[in-house]
Amino acid sequence: MTKYQESIMKAIFFVAASTSILAVILICLFLFVNGIPAMAKIGVFDFLLGRTWKPNNIPPSYGIYPMILGSIYVTAGAVLIGVPIGLLTAIFMAWYCPDKLYRILKPAINLLAGIPSVVYGFFGLVVIVPFIRDTFGGTGSSMLTASILLGIMILPTITTVSESAIRAVPQSYYEGGLALGASHERSIFFVLLPAAKSGIMAAVVLGIGRAIGETMAVIMVAGNQARMPAGIIKGVRTLTANIVIEMGYAADLHREALIATAVVLFVFILLINLALSLLKRRAG
Amino acid sequence: MESINKRSIKQKIDAYKRSPLSLILFLLVMLATMLTIGILLFIIGYIMVKGIPHLKLSLFAWEYNSVNVSLMPALINTVLMTLIALLISAPVGIFSAIYLVEYAKKGNRFVGMIRLTAETLSGIPSIVYGLFGLLFFVTALGWGMSLLAGAFTLSIMILPLIMRTAEEALKAVPDAYREGSFALGAGKLRTVFKIVLPSATPGILAGIILGVGRIVGETAALIYTAGTVAEIPQGKDLLFDSTRTLSVHMYVLSSEGLYVNQAAATAVVLLGIVVIINGLSEFAAKKLSKV
Repeated sequence: MTKYQESIMKAIFFVAASTSILAVILICLFLFVNGIPAMAKIGVFDFLLGRTWKPNNIPPSYGIYPMILGSIYVTAGAVLIGVPIGLLTAIFMAWYCPDKLYRILKPAINLLAGIPSVVYGFFGLVVIVPFIRDTFGGTGSSMLTASILLGIMILPTITTVSESAIRAVPQSYYEGGLALGASHERSIFFVLLPAAKSGIMAAVVLGIGRAIGETMAVIMVAGNQARMPAGIIKGVRTLTANIVIEMGYAADLHREALIATAVVLFVFILLINLALSLLKRRAG
Repeated sequence: MESINKRSIKQKIDAYKRSPLSLILFLLVMLATMLTIGILLFIIGYIMVKGIPHLKLSLFAWEYNSVNVSLMPALINTVLMTLIALLISAPVGIFSAIYLVEYAKKGNRFVGMIRLTAETLSGIPSIVYGLFGLLFFVTALGWGMSLLAGAFTLSIMILPLIMRTAEEALKAVPDAYREGSFALGAGKLRTVFKIVLPSATPGILAGIILGVGRIVGETAALIYTAGTVAEIPQGKDLLFDSTRTLSVHMYVLSSEGLYVNQAAATAVVLLGIVVIINGLSEFAAKKLSKV
């Protein structure tokens, strides 16, 4: 009887463990089956490199190149803003922060990570958008606005992951630096940081993944014009925004083209995951 | 080592005089940290100041209508959505972790596959989950935009989080516990359920609470799976009613542009929930470290 139970439960555990495999297979299957035919119909090059997205024109044109560029630009901007601040904060947390402050700062960073993206989006909408509008002109909903907001949103990711990477470097590296006459800062920046390089790169890649996949916050501040990006204070539409904005009323080929947009996004994410697992392997 | 490296402030200043680069790096570190803290305080402060004055009792009225955009239905839907999603993903996630830690042999190719797919899942953006939910649960299974479709979509989304935290919690249980249990004649299953799981509970709970946080904050995955209807599901088909959660509610309010104040008030409620959730999760995790 008990032996029976043992093997039944083992089978249940096994089935549960297979769920994640099943989920990935289903997600791939449904996205690819619904998206690839549209790509074929439109033509892979016309779809990926076409510069106009006008699904309502006759004949309609489905080029997502503007959105691909939009996603890349906004993400690059977010990395430019989020990575330096996040990395320096991580250094503070690991090597400067007094214990008492750390007990407040760490939960604060976690809180920053836990704030829902709509709340960030709302904050961007009522604070950053008017600020950009008053400072640089234009409507305020722009590539710059989205980059700043995403830079803030990826801060906790960058900080948390690089902090643990920095902490993983043996203390003796730092002491060796000091023993050779380097100052506190020099030991940290020129001995510890190079040793934590792969971990920090992993943090950056993870941040890129967050930024490129973020949807709601970006929609609320980026302007979402479906045309080639025209400048950093001009509006821009990302891949994620394209899906959410038009999925509500799209039909037929238009709908399939949106799913194909998700396929492109998915492939981006898979590449990022691949880079991440390579980096993790290097970091050990 | 702290005490060895303690230096007086004067010594520090002298050291910085000798090396301007160090001083610049030090200032950059301080600046960045103050910026991070400043941003956090500003966001929270701003939302509090904007939202709290509009946090009126009428916002918690039972009915939602265009005159009074009550957040009560959305709040209740959020609770329902969270419960159903957890009901699905918590057992599956914990059982997978049990399989990975207690049963699987090291270097098993199947285990490698599970790890790889779980990592893949945790990297997928929520809008892709939303689209998958729309294609699979809503359309292919014919559930329509519903509570159930949304909950299933979310449960896949938080599965890797629960799996990973549960796995870490199980791994943290010392092998001596298991050996002691085996030595007393307990079988594998009894050991897992009576010895290992109870000691790993705080860690598992911390992960589940983080999962709740992600569910509460999620918008993109829900818009096309659970829809945006602001009513509490009722009747015998309540699982198949379209619902909006609090985050979706807030998104709809702020994108319509008519209810900015109410959106700010909703943001305060969301922030409050997130603060509580983070606190609970940290409390549970701290309890774990005491074991």
